[in-house]
Amino acid sequence: MTDLLPTARTGGGPAVLTKSAAPPQDPPQAPGPRVARGTRRRLGPGRSLPFGRLIGPALLVALWWAASASGYLDPRILSGPGTVISTAGDLVATGRLQDNVLISLQRAGLGLFFGVVSGVVLAVAAGLSRTGEYLLDGPLQIKRAIPSLAMLPLLILWLGIGEEMKVTVIALGVAVSMYINTYAFLTSIDSRYVELAEGLDLGRAQFIRKVVIPGSLPGFFVGLRLGVTSSWVGLIVVEQINATSGIGYMMFQAQQYAQSDVIIVGLVAYGIFGFASDAGVRAIERRALSWRRTLAG
Amino acid sequence: MATHPGGLITKAAPAVRTRRLVRKFGDRVILKELDLTVAPGEFTALLGRSGSGKSTLLRAVARLDHTVEGSGELTVPERVSLSFQDSRLLPWLRVLDNVTLGLRGPGARERGLTALEEVGLAGRDRSWPHELSGGEQQRAALARALVREPELLLADEPFGALDALTRIKMHGLLRELYERHRPAVLLVTHDVDEAVELADRVLVLEDGLISVDLAIDLPTLRSRRDARFQEYRDTLLTALGVAQPPAPA
Ligand SMILES: Nc1ncnc2c1ncn2[C@@H]1O[C@H](COP(=O)(O)OP(=O)(O)OP(=O)(O)O)[C@@H](O)[C@H]1O
Ligand SMILES: [Mg+2]
Repeated sequence: MTDLLPTARTGGGPAVLTKSAAPPQDPPQAPGPRVARGTRRRLGPGRSLPFGRLIGPALLVALWWAASASGYLDPRILSGPGTVISTAGDLVATGRLQDNVLISLQRAGLGLFFGVVSGVVLAVAAGLSRTGEYLLDGPLQIKRAIPSLAMLPLLILWLGIGEEMKVTVIALGVAVSMYINTYAFLTSIDSRYVELAEGLDLGRAQFIRKVVIPGSLPGFFVGLRLGVTSSWVGLIVVEQINATSGIGYMMFQAQQYAQSDVIIVGLVAYGIFGFASDAGVRAIERRALSWRRTLAG
Repeated sequence: MATHPGGLITKAAPAVRTRRLVRKFGDRVILKELDLTVAPGEFTALLGRSGSGKSTLLRAVARLDHTVEGSGELTVPERVSLSFQDSRLLPWLRVLDNVTLGLRGPGARERGLTALEEVGLAGRDRSWPHELSGGEQQRAALARALVREPELLLADEPFGALDALTRIKMHGLLRELYERHRPAVLLVTHDVDEAVELADRVLVLEDGLISVDLAIDLPTLRSRRDARFQEYRDTLLTALGVAQPPAPA
């Protein structure tokens, strides 16, 4: 788009740019100043549609449907949506889906909870005191470089293969992304606001409540969205290792019996959870950060 | 409370007193054993060239300069309010919450609403700061400073970022609020006219010391065309090293 350069804007048609290299050709011009009509070029994405975010996924499903209905898609490779839905119905009827979903949700939820709490506490401790920074930031930056999944062997050695290990793996991943983002925003809170708080004689607790937390909330949400995603990733991994329940286990079993429809049900369940939880975080974020004016609107 | 201008010694303890105040950045000494006394209820303006150390002095008096090296004695009242060149409203708090931030005791909300009304922002208490115009933001900041009923108001170029028209309105508002609440005021400004128009005493900071201490003996309602206004103005401009062409008759 070359016409983002400052040129006189006319009402009709795009503005014309003459490159200085080309021989200047004076366009026939109406006498008098050119009148710009309408508003300026919009650089932000514009107004948002309600539930507009669902359009993309819906389109994807429609495509899948069309492909398998037209026989384009071999059901041995990928079952059609109809088969998947009826399989899901069967799984619900036998209670297999609910039980596994519930246990998965519980793992992810617990991991997320512990991860968020510990990540935020660590970020506040490291951000507000030098001692905290010196003691905590280094190890956490190192931990950031080591994926939680790489620590799996050690964690299995320490905690066994039970729920504790699973929740810990998930929580570790979540905690790191919570810490990194919350800490980054917290330490970049404008020093003028700190000065203001000092000038108003705010106490420590009030300073944290009114300045630090709201000021680092955008980072908290960035971390939370990454954390939610990483909790699903962690969940998938731990459920494929020595699990005897959960969506991952259900899918693993289906693989043994070549039931691609059950695998799809599991994938869809993961997808729905991932999408719904991200949408949930976004909704909370929009409410909590309603004071912000951003490009996303 | 003493109302006379000129910084005469009043019976009450001074609102601000610095004795041999030194502030330095590395080897550069910005304030050189500066002595300054401001009486309670006295409206003082502080002029000085850019970089002369006005903000440094103000931040010292506000006791905000933890990291700055220095020495000297400093006496300030308990309730000190500050206002800055930017309105410095927290963007995540609504206007009323900004005004009452840090306010203790019951009735904070009511006091905040009253203060907003005083600065002409009644009904805007639920707005976000970014929904206010620059002048309105500065008025909200003024409300935040005054709602604490300060004994001393420190202001570092509070109108610096405003357009000329808004600034004139803010002058009137500040003076009116001052008459009503009578805090001691230390106002840092670049604008000689602003200083003479608002203050009862004008100081010039030069080479780390107060080089001029001028009592402004003008009625409360001041006209810039007043001959004595011009005289004060010329004296100060000369002190600031700005040559003045002879004023047209
Ligand atoms: N944090 C700092 N570190 C080093 N030098 C500083 C610092 N703050 C101020 N100074 C120096 O101290 C001197 C006085 O600064 P100060 O901000 O008090 O000036 P000022 O009179 O308020 O100027 P202006 O009218 O431009 O606001 C300046 O020369 C400035 O460069
Ligand atoms: Mg300054």
